[in-house]
Amino acid sequence: MNHAVIVPVLLPALAAVLIVLVGDQRLRVQRALGLLSCAGLAIVALGALGHTALGAIEVYRLGAWPAPFGIALVLDRLAALMLALTALVALATVAAAMIGPEPWDARGRFFHAFFQFQLMGLNGAFLTGDLFNLFVFFEVLLVASYCLLLHGRGAERLRAGFHYVAVNLAASALFLLAIAALYAVTGTLNLADLALQVPRLAPKDVPIARAAALVLLVVFAVKAAVFPLYLWLPRAYATASPPVAALFAIMTKVGVYAILRVHGLVFGPDAGGSALVAGPWLLVGAVATVALGAFGAFAAAGLARMAAYLTIASVGTLLVGVAVFSPASLSAALYYLLHSTLALAALFLLAERIATQRGGDGFGPRPPLAQPAVLGVALAVAAVSIAGLPPLSGFVGKLALLQATGSLPATPVLWTALLGAGLASTIAFARAGSALFWKTADGGAPPMRASWGSLAPMVALLACSAALAIFAAPVKRYTDATARQLADWRLYAPRILRESGPRSARPFPPRANP
Amino acid sequence: MEFLVAGAIAILTGCGIYLMLRGRTFPVVLGLCLLSYAVNLFIIAMGRLWIAVPPLVADGADGYADPLPQALVLTAIVIGFATTGFAIELALALRGATGTDHVDGKEPRP
Repeated sequence: MNHAVIVPVLLPALAAVLIVLVGDQRLRVQRALGLLSCAGLAIVALGALGHTALGAIEVYRLGAWPAPFGIALVLDRLAALMLALTALVALATVAAAMIGPEPWDARGRFFHAFFQFQLMGLNGAFLTGDLFNLFVFFEVLLVASYCLLLHGRGAERLRAGFHYVAVNLAASALFLLAIAALYAVTGTLNLADLALQVPRLAPKDVPIARAAALVLLVVFAVKAAVFPLYLWLPRAYATASPPVAALFAIMTKVGVYAILRVHGLVFGPDAGGSALVAGPWLLVGAVATVALGAFGAFAAAGLARMAAYLTIASVGTLLVGVAVFSPASLSAALYYLLHSTLALAALFLLAERIATQRGGDGFGPRPPLAQPAVLGVALAVAAVSIAGLPPLSGFVGKLALLQATGSLPATPVLWTALLGAGLASTIAFARAGSALFWKTADGGAPPMRASWGSLAPMVALLACSAALAIFAAPVKRYTDATARQLADWRLYAPRILRESGPRSARPFPPRANP
Repeated sequence: MEFLVAGAIAILTGCGIYLMLRGRTFPVVLGLCLLSYAVNLFIIAMGRLWIAVPPLVADGADGYADPLPQALVLTAIVIGFATTGFAIELALALRGATGTDHVDGKEPRP
């Protein structure tokens, strides 16, 4: 057993505890610990990428319990990819939180501890191979995200926070409901074991499994902010402190990841009576989400809120690729996931820099910016990337997605939605750019210039997004291999269960009720 | 017994959803509580309903209840307790910051 698999969960947990022990007063030690942990995670994630690139699937059985009985962590290509993306975004956002004239981590208590707990939840959710353990890690990352969302306080943030917490608590209840129903018919919660059990269900149990699958879809759709379950997102993301919003760019992707794992694999194309039960719902939801995100970006009254709606549109675009469930579309969706997370995180950070210099986030007339050239170029790069114009990564991702969805009955609708969203975000960015840089009003103190250091995390994220376009061929090869591995996942399942074959975790066959 | 348990879960869920849809924070938190109680009962019931059988190995037992849902429900109770506590604290902070206990943080226009 390779103990390195559990490091991405243990390292942030350890760092968080140390940060709490260090105490409130010593911010510099807290920062050093947070940075060290993020750097460590990045190194481990790179190692995981290299290790899984050749097709290895690493299984870590906690407490050495055999798989369907104990909890197993599974490191495959998809998990490694998500770990690497998380580490990259975390490194940039944790740095962004600690530089600037009024650093965000100094505006409240224990920012870095919550940040590390959030990373622990994210990494755990990406690594776990057990449905109930996925619920537990979801709760870890949600509780940390509640605290991060409220960081720095303010009444507006509390208002958005209460909605966010209430919606997610209700979703957690539904999650448990679906888990219990699935356990009742299959007798297992290990994802690999579920993938083997679900196709063999007795006909009388199939409706229950289908119902559980659809309830799970609702839960993951809440996390991913799919139409019509997106209502909590725009306000929460627009009011969160910018580094937190940038980290949250990856939170909606956790919902997409869970849909991919559960509905793509357990209830995938060869799942017997409950095969692809989510497919039609997902496709309709994805198209509606793209349209709604595009309209919202049009109507937004500030750059941060526009970024929040573009996050929704990016989730919809991703889900189009996931809902088609073909290796080509999955590969395109994974590439788009990498691109959109990096670009949107950069946009959230950029929105803050522009808002500080203009003295507010709205598009109305404000004092002119101190550094229009630097910020303008950054906004243009982010806009080209997010709207999917050549030559940046958004174009590559969208092109791959269009190619992969080119021969379906739903192609006209899908292409209209994807291309229309691209056009809408281009216009929205043009409007935002002209308002932010040219609609100026006199008066007020001259704004402070942002130091190069405080722009560095945002520039680094944009550079990563550009690198994704320059190295599109190797990245696409990796996502292709990931999609192929996912398509053959049912073949790997017995290996995850240690060749013991599928067995129920239930110790004894259920007998008739007394 | 099935009918009693199913009925209890149904009533709890119904009350929970009704309270969750209310406009004040306290009923919403109560509704979330009731919903999590209903879910916990449901998890136990999904391990089938048993009477007078041990959950783990015992001498001379002729059957065993399923121990896994009981372990799951313990975890669910702990997590539900913590998150409910957080929601109450948040509702109090919201009340303190905005001066109203409406979930939107402002009184609806009459």
